Amino acid sequence: MLDILKKSLKHSLPVFFGYIPLGFAFGIMLSEAGYNPVWAFFMAIFIFAGTGQFLAVEFLAAGANLGQVILLTFLINFRHFFYGLSMIPKYKGTGIRKLYLMFGLTDETYALLNTTEVPSGMKKEDFYFAITLLNHIYWIMGCVLGATVGSLVNINFEGIDFVMTALFAVLVVEQWKTHKNHFPAILGFCVPIAALLILGPDNFLIPALIVVSVVLLCLQGKLGKGGDRL
Amino acid sequence: MTGFTQSLVIVIACALTTVAVRYLPFILFDHGKEPPKWIKYLGDVLPPAIMSVLVIYCLRNVNLLAGSHGIPELLCIAVAVLLHLWKRNVLLSICVSTVLYMILVQTVF
Repeated sequence: MLDILKKSLKHSLPVFFGYIPLGFAFGIMLSEAGYNPVWAFFMAIFIFAGTGQFLAVEFLAAGANLGQVILLTFLINFRHFFYGLSMIPKYKGTGIRKLYLMFGLTDETYALLNTTEVPSGMKKEDFYFAITLLNHIYWIMGCVLGATVGSLVNINFEGIDFVMTALFAVLVVEQWKTHKNHFPAILGFCVPIAALLILGPDNFLIPALIVVSVVLLCLQGKLGKGGDRL
Repeated sequence: MTGFTQSLVIVIACALTTVAVRYLPFILFDHGKEPPKWIKYLGDVLPPAIMSVLVIYCLRNVNLLAGSHGIPELLCIAVAVLLHLWKRNVLLSICVSTVLYMILVQTVF
């Protein structure tokens, strides 16, 4: 196993350089919210989702209700459902490791496994497993490091939570560039703003998400047949 | 700060929901069945809509009529967007705009 990890290491380096700073930012944010590195460690192990964990900090800080937590986590991670769909053929015949491979299918792992050939002389299930495990380790390291630095060093981190706003703003740009039809993105701005004005900051989210989803479903056929990039 | 038990419940809910979403496609469609059209359709239209919703969610406590009037938030979002359109480097766009935001809220506003 150690040999396989060593051989897979260089393929996973791009994710290392992405996960350490992103995990670090998460750790700082979590410690700013008043949680120690043990929380960061377990969240990194059991949630293992970048955007999902940033959102989780927000939930923790706000003491959000369970319905909000589940619905929003489900929707933000919904894209992983499609990663899974497209990995079904690749993950066939990976045996018991599949339980971990399915769990560890993050954006970065998905991207890496779809752009890297399995090195010659290595079994695909070993390579997939090693890449997923290495990425998971980098993520845990970044998160714990950030939370530790955040709790030890006395720097004023006020405003660090903007990292999440910036992340989503950047993802809006990314989505805008890869989709031809911008109606969903615009709808995603208009509905929550209206809901926020009517219902206030504590209650607007779930109604807004429901309205957005229902409107989009009603427009199926008008916006696209499904399956083809809009 | 949120209490220990409630915090634990939130973390467990996040973890279980995340695992559920990742396991679901394999549970439902690992037998050769084709996923229905409306699921594929949602996969196309939901991500851009949700990202916009989340930007508004992050800004939900910004008050345009009082305090700093949302100026640091809007300014730094503009910086993140423009920088991203220019360089298209996710980490760079996030880091620069966040550091700028921290400087603004700690010193200017």
